[in-house]
Amino acid sequence: MSLTPKHRELSTTPRFSDRVFRLVVTIGAFTSLIVLGLIALFLANRSFGVFQDFGFKFVTGFEWNPGDPDAGIPAQLGIGAMLIGTLIIAAIGLILALPIAVGTALFLTYYAPSWLKRPLTIMVDLMAAIPSVIYGLWGFFVLMPHAVYWAKLLHKYLNWIPFFDVQAKVFERSPFIAGIVIGIMIIPIITAITREVFSQVPLDRIQAAYALGATKWTMIRTVVLPYGSSGIASGAMLGLGRAMGETVAVYLVLNIYFIPNFQVLFSAGGNVASLIVSKFGEAGEYELQGLMAAGLVLFAITLLVNFLSTFIVKRASRTGGQ
Amino acid sequence: MVTPQKPWKLSKQQFSINASILIGSLALSPVLVNFTPLSGKLGFIFFFILLSTISSTVVAISRFGVRTISNSLATTFIYLATALVLLPLISILYTVISRGLPALRLNTFTQDMSQTQPDAPFTEGGALHAIIGTIELVIIAGIICVPIGILTALYLTEVKGRFSKLVRFLVQAMSGVPSIVAGLFIYSVIIVGLGSHYSGVAGALALSILMLPTVARTSEEVLKLIPNDLREAGVALGGTQWRTVARIVLPTARGGLMTAVILGVARVAGETAPLLLTILGSTAIHINPTDAPMNALPLYTFNLMRTGLEIAVSRAWAGALVLLFLVLALFIFARLLSGKQK
Repeated sequence: MSLTPKHRELSTTPRFSDRVFRLVVTIGAFTSLIVLGLIALFLANRSFGVFQDFGFKFVTGFEWNPGDPDAGIPAQLGIGAMLIGTLIIAAIGLILALPIAVGTALFLTYYAPSWLKRPLTIMVDLMAAIPSVIYGLWGFFVLMPHAVYWAKLLHKYLNWIPFFDVQAKVFERSPFIAGIVIGIMIIPIITAITREVFSQVPLDRIQAAYALGATKWTMIRTVVLPYGSSGIASGAMLGLGRAMGETVAVYLVLNIYFIPNFQVLFSAGGNVASLIVSKFGEAGEYELQGLMAAGLVLFAITLLVNFLSTFIVKRASRTGGQ
Repeated sequence: MVTPQKPWKLSKQQFSINASILIGSLALSPVLVNFTPLSGKLGFIFFFILLSTISSTVVAISRFGVRTISNSLATTFIYLATALVLLPLISILYTVISRGLPALRLNTFTQDMSQTQPDAPFTEGGALHAIIGTIELVIIAGIICVPIGILTALYLTEVKGRFSKLVRFLVQAMSGVPSIVAGLFIYSVIIVGLGSHYSGVAGALALSILMLPTVARTSEEVLKLIPNDLREAGVALGGTQWRTVARIVLPTARGGLMTAVILGVARVAGETAPLLLTILGSTAIHINPTDAPMNALPLYTFNLMRTGLEIAVSRAWAGALVLLFLVLALFIFARLLSGKQK
């Protein structure tokens, strides 16, 4: 009786069960591709007629009038004014949020005593979890009175800057206030990403800066900020994407008005997402197609911003953040 | 030799100097507010910042020379930035609680709004239909999205296929999809395309689009933490990859995967915009999620707020309070769960 086992073939080909497993997992992994593709496909399909009628004018036109086929009024659909509003509100939000978010990330990494770090980090993360409808409520009832006061100050002393001029002294529900709310909403997003990058700054470079006699701020300016610049840029892009897609908070705070308004303190404006919400209820079939088209444009823009964000991080990780 | 692991840490001496500057300015500011035309809380904060900046700058100059001015100014800015982040958070929590509590009664949790006008007194009507709706939506969205999210994470960590980079990129791209676009997409597929009703399932589908990236990315992080030894041990015992994953990897990561699911739920429980286009809103309890409009807490809050009536807005704050409590409880629960893992 021999103790050696029988000879058998060894093979590296996966068994049937594993092949099924890998297939299922791969299909699951490509759901995100399928969903993104379907979103683009369906919105494009539904809005095809509108793009056919208006072409590029749909993006640049300033008038939104669904028309009335019975009375012979032709439809005129263009989201130019809302696109401008989207950019202005997102820009105000980003300008306010970026320095504050970077400052907070620096505080969390290099200034806060160790016992304070964890609770503060949790609190900032918690801010990201607060629903946008609550930001909208808070922005309307609590922030607005303060923000109107700040807007009046800005208008009083800086009205020679065209942005801070107003056509009538109505400061409530302006893009300025919507921008502040959006800025507060994207602070935790930018903080989380920049904090991550700041915590990866090589220790030896920091030690080197201190060894050369740098103060803390000089160390941050010469070591941390250059190393983290790509992370800051990527966080800013991500925040921008979120700011441009925000719907409910903007809708509640802003006085949605269909004109291109560059006077950020004046009570009129809008963005593409809030346009969709405000027109959706009473939209006829053709106007609905227009809203689908607006959604498609918004989808394309946010996708582009997100690609840029990923691209910046990729390029930075290749060069080692130098 | 000891290398300083945290060279940016404050020395004991610097700490006591900072503390005395802060306490000194805190004590002196009210005095200055009394003697100058500036008044109120704003005047106090103004003097506090001014005093602490000036005194810390003066101390820094006397100790280290003029070049350290930028350092002390930057320090002030960074402390100020952190305070500016915490201020809205505290204000939001305080406002929601203080305005929501007066309208919060027992009947908020036991009645719906079908027999009640939005501006009726608080003793009648409630948000039960919205609470039930939110729970149903979140459960259905979880059932749709959790398997897909975990499969995506498994592809990235276990199969490590050729398309890992692409998949990671797509998940990232998907996390940027605006919530209103997700709602519009589901509206165009389910309600326009299939000619179906506004329904809970449509809302849950829209939410699962928003939930998927969170679940997939958090699960990936969790699965990455599983030591490779366990996988190798499973394979060495003659297990196939499928059995290793099912019997060893996933059970080990159970707690972390729970965290991923809860974070995903917390992400979508507060979404309003997609629900506006998919479940439309209702005033009565509607259990069946497939055939008629429903309501959910964020939508309930939003719609009551839109009426503009004083009592309705108070009801909206109560809805916001319940919603906030739900989301924060989920968030803290997820934190505790992931804290226990480490």
